[in-house]
Amino acid sequence: MRELIDGSAAIVRGALDAGCDFFAGYPITPASPILMQLLRELPKVGGVAIQAEDEIASIGMCIGATLAGRRALTATSGPGLSLYSENIGLAIMGEVPLVIVDVQRLGPATGGATTVGQGDVQFVRWGTGGGYPVIALAPSNVQECYSLTRRAFDLAERFRCPVFLLTDKELDMTATTVEIERYERPPVRAREVLAGVARSAAGAADASVAIADPPPYRYEPADRVSPVAQYGGDTLVRFTGSTHDERALITKAPAKVAALNEHLRAKIEEHADEIELVESDLDAGARTLFVAYGVTAGALREAVDRLRHEGRAVSALIVKSLWPVPERALRTALLDVDRVVVAELNHGQYRREIERLAQGLEVRGVNRVDGELITPEELMEAAR
Amino acid sequence: MTTATTVTPLATYRNRTPYPFCPGCGHGAILDHLNAALVKLALDPRHVVIVSDIGCSGLSDQYFATSAFHGLHGRSITYATGIKLARPDLKVIVVMGDGGTGIGGAHLLGAARRNIGITVLVFNNFNFGMTGGQHSTTTPPGAVTTTTPGGNLERPLDICATVAVNGAGYVWRGTSFDKDLAERIADAVRAECFALLDIWELCTAYFVPSNHASKKTLATTLDDLGLKGGLLERGEHPEYAAAYRAEAERVRGKPVAGPRAIEPAFRSTLDRPFRLVVAGSAGGKVRSAARLVAEAAMLADLWVAQRDDYPITVKTGHSISERVLSPREVRYTGISRPDVLLAVSEEGLAKCARQLAAMNAGDRVYVLAGIEPPPTRAQVTTIDPASAELKLGGGRVVLFALSQVLRDLGFLPLVALEAAARRYPEYAEENLATIRAALAVAR
Repeated sequence: MRELIDGSAAIVRGALDAGCDFFAGYPITPASPILMQLLRELPKVGGVAIQAEDEIASIGMCIGATLAGRRALTATSGPGLSLYSENIGLAIMGEVPLVIVDVQRLGPATGGATTVGQGDVQFVRWGTGGGYPVIALAPSNVQECYSLTRRAFDLAERFRCPVFLLTDKELDMTATTVEIERYERPPVRAREVLAGVARSAAGAADASVAIADPPPYRYEPADRVSPVAQYGGDTLVRFTGSTHDERALITKAPAKVAALNEHLRAKIEEHADEIELVESDLDAGARTLFVAYGVTAGALREAVDRLRHEGRAVSALIVKSLWPVPERALRTALLDVDRVVVAELNHGQYRREIERLAQGLEVRGVNRVDGELITPEELMEAAR
Repeated sequence: MTTATTVTPLATYRNRTPYPFCPGCGHGAILDHLNAALVKLALDPRHVVIVSDIGCSGLSDQYFATSAFHGLHGRSITYATGIKLARPDLKVIVVMGDGGTGIGGAHLLGAARRNIGITVLVFNNFNFGMTGGQHSTTTPPGAVTTTTPGGNLERPLDICATVAVNGAGYVWRGTSFDKDLAERIADAVRAECFALLDIWELCTAYFVPSNHASKKTLATTLDDLGLKGGLLERGEHPEYAAAYRAEAERVRGKPVAGPRAIEPAFRSTLDRPFRLVVAGSAGGKVRSAARLVAEAAMLADLWVAQRDDYPITVKTGHSISERVLSPREVRYTGISRPDVLLAVSEEGLAKCARQLAAMNAGDRVYVLAGIEPPPTRAQVTTIDPASAELKLGGGRVVLFALSQVLRDLGFLPLVALEAAARRYPEYAEENLATIRAALAVAR
């Protein structure tokens, strides 16, 4: 059986199926359909959805609700993401599982509200102070808007960090036919919640030593992710956006600060293989490798088909986990080619990452920043 | 869920760490009153979340054996709101400085308007004590700070009046010297509404030496500004988290929107992707008519991409509907060169100039009678709604024209279009009549 569905509706369904039970957002084209649908749907399943006073409040409410036991989602576009920036840092620092949908539109500034773009690729990676890793997934069609939303919720719990779902105006607002049976349904793990040491309330508030017991964070070993301490459970919970020790007490002690910051890096970067998600369509005889992601991957799939129909050997790699960069899959795909063509709706933001890995190869971009999609014909031309 | 009544009252909610505040600073006194209030309330400390803002008062949460959240400057109210919405049974107490009422002004208004059940204690010492004594939203006129060396020129924010007039359920103003402060805090927490206490106090590091401020000048400043102390507002309007739940209860358990499956029942002879553009104007039912074509195609076992473009002023301007119909999955959804362009308005046609320019001899352009046929290599056909045997209102012209276009093209059975129309019972009768009227016109 088939349905006609757009990316927004697929994201909403993916979120509901993933157990999302909190949403806060602020109206912005082209992300508003997600806000409106979740405002309508979440109360039906016992969830809470609210239109906040601005984007800063949207992500702030999501962070608060997550620590009180909810699975939170928020959705915005580039201008709103700019306002999320400081709180993205807070979510990284406090290790808050959170899914952020960025429905990209053409920037900078208000740019083109109803115009497609892929200009936030490096912005989501480096969009807050400090420079710590995040995870970003990019669905390449409507079907994947569903499955990767589920996956984003799973990764948020696995790594206790903000996970971006990077889509765009065309993906979210263009409906396509989807075979209902073909939706992939990746598992979404339950949150691991920190269990308290059994003691009376009087004991918990014992004015002696234990401010929170057990401590809400662990930094040894550096890559290990600890369970989430949630408000209103059987333990006291401390949370802070300042550099802190395992008890979430503010500290400047260099050894403690280093352990915290190394943990924030290692837990993601040393597990990049768990996050890596690509669609590799490699042809042994190909000299050219195409790389694309998001909505641009649709044109690439079409171009590869047509080129092969013409008897030409080409390889294609569609990146679905943009951050961390799926280096293992990329290095494999780069092994036997002379030339890489990176197609994206910006001035070559992801091409930088490919160039880093493709030393000695010719790397060129097919880029558009005029609000139009890259066409299959443009990609076919680039293969010549 | 543990409630306050089942807990043995604690002797103190403070831990043993001494406060870090400057000698004479009001913060410690206010926190002692907060502790006394918590003792009075006899709350389970695990069900109390102290949300601290930024500034010296932002250090406060570390001295309490309750749960705590220390976030970003001015945003404490947003985190507190999220916690309260998620767990309305928790007592959420925000500790913020006067600085937070400036940078977080929008949140203060939002929280007051929602009357969200959190308690906000404003440690109001008229300047930024942590960052070097800069002026804040509450610095009195003429007061000297490190950023108002000639005296403050800005009118101070009346925090209490602002939140009271915007829906806060409990508003009180006093000082850190007030003997009944603990009772006031307890009263505010009990009120289960947006409760704000504007607590005036002294910053002995900056504001006191620069302005000869004292306990006495707190009172004279109040008079000079024409402000009042004490309980200023006590409303009984609904608290947001409770109201939301009551409202949500009405839809609880209702099914969420699921897939609207379309079962193929017809066959199409289409053997390649086909790109259709309908160019019209707002209010002309372009999108809904084109949607019927998309669903008809799916009923005929085709794959579809459906893209609509219109200005943000939705009731005016162009309305363009693009449909890709294909015997296989549509991977590329864009249309740079349409196979067919149907123009039902001049402004719609103008919007499609680039697509029109890309069209070739084998492609077709349809225009409604009255629209100047554009110069094009494509074959142009005029459709005249006046040829219909029934009178068509403006909203039916597009479907009338599309029906004729589909008949011309021949790859999509018109019964599929009729079946698509029947999927929307509210409009089915009118749409079916329109389709039949189109088919009744001789070719």
